[in-house]
Amino acid sequence: MTTETLTNYWVAVGQVEDIPRQGARVVATPMGDVALFRTLRDEVFALDDRCPHKGGPLSAGIVHGRSVTCPLHNWVIDLASGEALAPDRGCVRRIPVRIEHGGVLLDLSGRRRS
Amino acid sequence: MNMQAYERKRLVVVGNGMAGMRTVEEVLARAPDRFRITVFGAEPHPNYDRIMLSPLLAGEKRFEDIVINRLDWYEANGIELVAGERVVHVDREARLVAGEHGTVRPYDVLLLATGSDPFVIPVPGTDLAGVVTFRDVADVETMLEAAHRGGRAIVIGGGLLGLEAANGLARNGMEVTVVHLVPTLMERQLDPTAGAMLAADLERRGIHVLTAADTEALLGEDRVRAVRLKDGRELPADLVVMAVGIRPNAALARSIGLECRRGVVVDDGMRTSDPRIFAVGECVEHRGVTYGLVAPIWDMTKVCADRLTGAAESVFAAAVSGTRLKVTGIDMYSAGDFVGGAGSEEVVFRDPARGVYKRLVLREERLVGVVLYGDARDGGWYLDLLRRGEPLGELRDLAIFGEAVATAAQGSGAPADPAAALAALPAEAEICGCNGVCKGKVLNAIEAQGLKTLDAVRAHTKASASCGSCTPKVEGLLKLALGTGYTAPEGEKPMCRCTGLGHDRVRREIVERGLKSIPAVMAELGWTTPDGCHICRPALNFYLLCAWPGEYRDDAQSRFVNERMHANIQKDGTYSVVPRMWGGLTNAHELRAIADVVEKHRIPTVKVTGGQRIDLLGVRREQLPEVWRDLNAAGLVSGHAYGKALRTVKTCVGSEWCRFGTQDSTAMGIALERMAWGSWHPHKVKLAVSGCPRNCAEATIKDFGVVAVESGWELHVAGNGGIKVRVTDLLCKVATKEEVLEHCGAFLQLYREEARYLERTAHWVERVGIDHVRRRIVADEAGRKALHERFLHAQRFAQTDPWAERASAVTRRAETPAAEPFRTLVPAE
Repeated sequence: MTTETLTNYWVAVGQVEDIPRQGARVVATPMGDVALFRTLRDEVFALDDRCPHKGGPLSAGIVHGRSVTCPLHNWVIDLASGEALAPDRGCVRRIPVRIEHGGVLLDLSGRRRS
Repeated sequence: MNMQAYERKRLVVVGNGMAGMRTVEEVLARAPDRFRITVFGAEPHPNYDRIMLSPLLAGEKRFEDIVINRLDWYEANGIELVAGERVVHVDREARLVAGEHGTVRPYDVLLLATGSDPFVIPVPGTDLAGVVTFRDVADVETMLEAAHRGGRAIVIGGGLLGLEAANGLARNGMEVTVVHLVPTLMERQLDPTAGAMLAADLERRGIHVLTAADTEALLGEDRVRAVRLKDGRELPADLVVMAVGIRPNAALARSIGLECRRGVVVDDGMRTSDPRIFAVGECVEHRGVTYGLVAPIWDMTKVCADRLTGAAESVFAAAVSGTRLKVTGIDMYSAGDFVGGAGSEEVVFRDPARGVYKRLVLREERLVGVVLYGDARDGGWYLDLLRRGEPLGELRDLAIFGEAVATAAQGSGAPADPAAALAALPAEAEICGCNGVCKGKVLNAIEAQGLKTLDAVRAHTKASASCGSCTPKVEGLLKLALGTGYTAPEGEKPMCRCTGLGHDRVRREIVERGLKSIPAVMAELGWTTPDGCHICRPALNFYLLCAWPGEYRDDAQSRFVNERMHANIQKDGTYSVVPRMWGGLTNAHELRAIADVVEKHRIPTVKVTGGQRIDLLGVRREQLPEVWRDLNAAGLVSGHAYGKALRTVKTCVGSEWCRFGTQDSTAMGIALERMAWGSWHPHKVKLAVSGCPRNCAEATIKDFGVVAVESGWELHVAGNGGIKVRVTDLLCKVATKEEVLEHCGAFLQLYREEARYLERTAHWVERVGIDHVRRRIVADEAGRKALHERFLHAQRFAQTDPWAERASAVTRRAETPAAEPFRTLVPAE
């Protein structure tokens, strides 16, 4: 039952193992790239692959704790909230993500509407 | 003697070693004015940390580093030090002590701390030149001299001392064989499995191990030339180190009629058979037992000080203590009864791939012994369990997996975070095993005395003052108590917010403790974050790569994007690609290939760089592997224009074409680039070679610049064309191409080993001084050759073209599409 509901909104994009630990992978969507991050403790987060500062590809940054550092100018973005770490200010859009049996599912519906 | 001159009682200490001086310190802490103190020491040094002789031999510490009490300490405390004079007689009737050079001192109380002598096995030839023991600084000096001459060393004795000696000699370039009487190395600390793992590890480091080998004689005329074993084998030797063990030095006590068996017999209050004479340390025998490890000896000094000052009627009772081998890169720990036997159970953990072995011995549900090999970080925790002697209960099933797992399963917080784990420890948890200092004592001292530095805590509590392996914990406690008020010692700024330690300190610890991965560094050195940050991780990755070439596995996730992608990220997220052009030379074939790549992949911008190469700008991430493959096909490789690495070697045309050229600068540039390409550095490194003093290659603003003159080559270092232009310093002048290469390799290696991450050569040289660099590279020929050798060794593992590696990986993936299950998942690298 749950699965049926999910297939309506959630898109399977790959396995957690396909994302390197402390690393990222990119999902190309018609609306732009989504960065998938996997932390040391195997939490998975999804954000727009654009830093709120100058649009740098966050997926290319160093992942540490629950943060990623943008490769262009070292802004540190909180993966859970999408917020830039003080003193920098800005927010990246989060994409809902869930893990089912090791698979990564993204809810891209929000992106489509926007 | 003028007896009115002192009202205070006279305390004379025989022995200026660790036990004697620690007792004096303990006495001063209890009653600073009780005694007038005289110390006799046979060695002509201030008091030093004998545990640190091994790192001294291995070249990881200098003598200054291991001094415990400097001469001004004796002075400040009003202690008379008679150094370099052996005590030859004590008149117990008249209460006088006499030294070999005629110094005589009266005493009210006498303390014997004469230590131990190395045991020399009774075989012919032990008096030959080239046969030494491993006991004091003089022995270390003899060994270092021998090592300087090179050749073969035989170490007799495969225990703690012998293996540390063997390691030190091997580190100094000798070919070392350890000869051990019984089948298992370190049989008093290790079980046969761990002993065999240790033997294999030593063999891997080039130390030969012969077990079950009984020495029959040392052969030679004046100097030793070989060791003969009972089975008839003869092992050639230029140096023989006797390290089979120690025995208490009770000679003085015996000669003055004190009760002695193996050592000087003492009661529970450290008093000998003469009530005015006390004894502590390795020279004593207490209830039939003699001691060689530091922890119980520190307990003795406390009891002795209590009794000397009348502060307390404490008694000495030996506690279990643990042993670690101080061989860099070998991680082992053992404590208690690890043999087991009837009535005991064992829990064993093996991970052969990681080289980890752990064995716990239980009796009646209590931990009684532990052996750890390959991962000994939980040694202190096991020792704690062992000393408490309580039934393990629920811990029984998980204890083998170590503290983090066992306590996490018990739901006591988040122990993967070392700071939280430290905060969660009970006040009576032991922090410093050598000195028996618990967490509560450290925190109390910090608060009560207002301590702010590691040195201050060491001075007040002795925590971390002996072997130093608990230093991160003590610093963690400082941080816990002071919060942001705590700053790292030595004035060195912390690397980042994840640690209180500075770059130099972290590098030293990596080498000294043999830390070989980023998680190991973070765990051992008390990182406050679970996996660091974008500042410390790339630095650690480089330090580990530099410390353990060929062994350390590069961590891509700790590399800045450019070094992960092997291209230079641009403001729009595209990349730039720069193929290597050796010495700035190219040809029609390469240029045609580049032109084809530009057209085929529609690369928007082509730019000639300042480093005499061609930059292809605007390449999208997903295009990179294709671009690399096409460039590779024409023989072009990565120019590392993106890395903290050897970048370009700029040259002028030199004597081949130029009418002013004095030498072939282009060929020299190519030779340098062939030697140095692929090397990783603390920051980018640029080279240049000019063929005459007109210096068209601008060699004097490069990290390493070579300028040809009629008679040879001038070598310039630490230049920088950047925000602040810095002209190079002249290093020296050399005559031949080989010398240029050797000086360059040595300079680059010194920079790799000494500079802090992200410190350009210019800043590094300004920090350490050009004289330091000249001393290491120019004046010290052997040192220069060793540095160059280390550079070339590291290069054996560094010189693979990253483009070829990655382009072929992509090809393989394309051929087997099943391996890439999700098209939407584009690799970010």
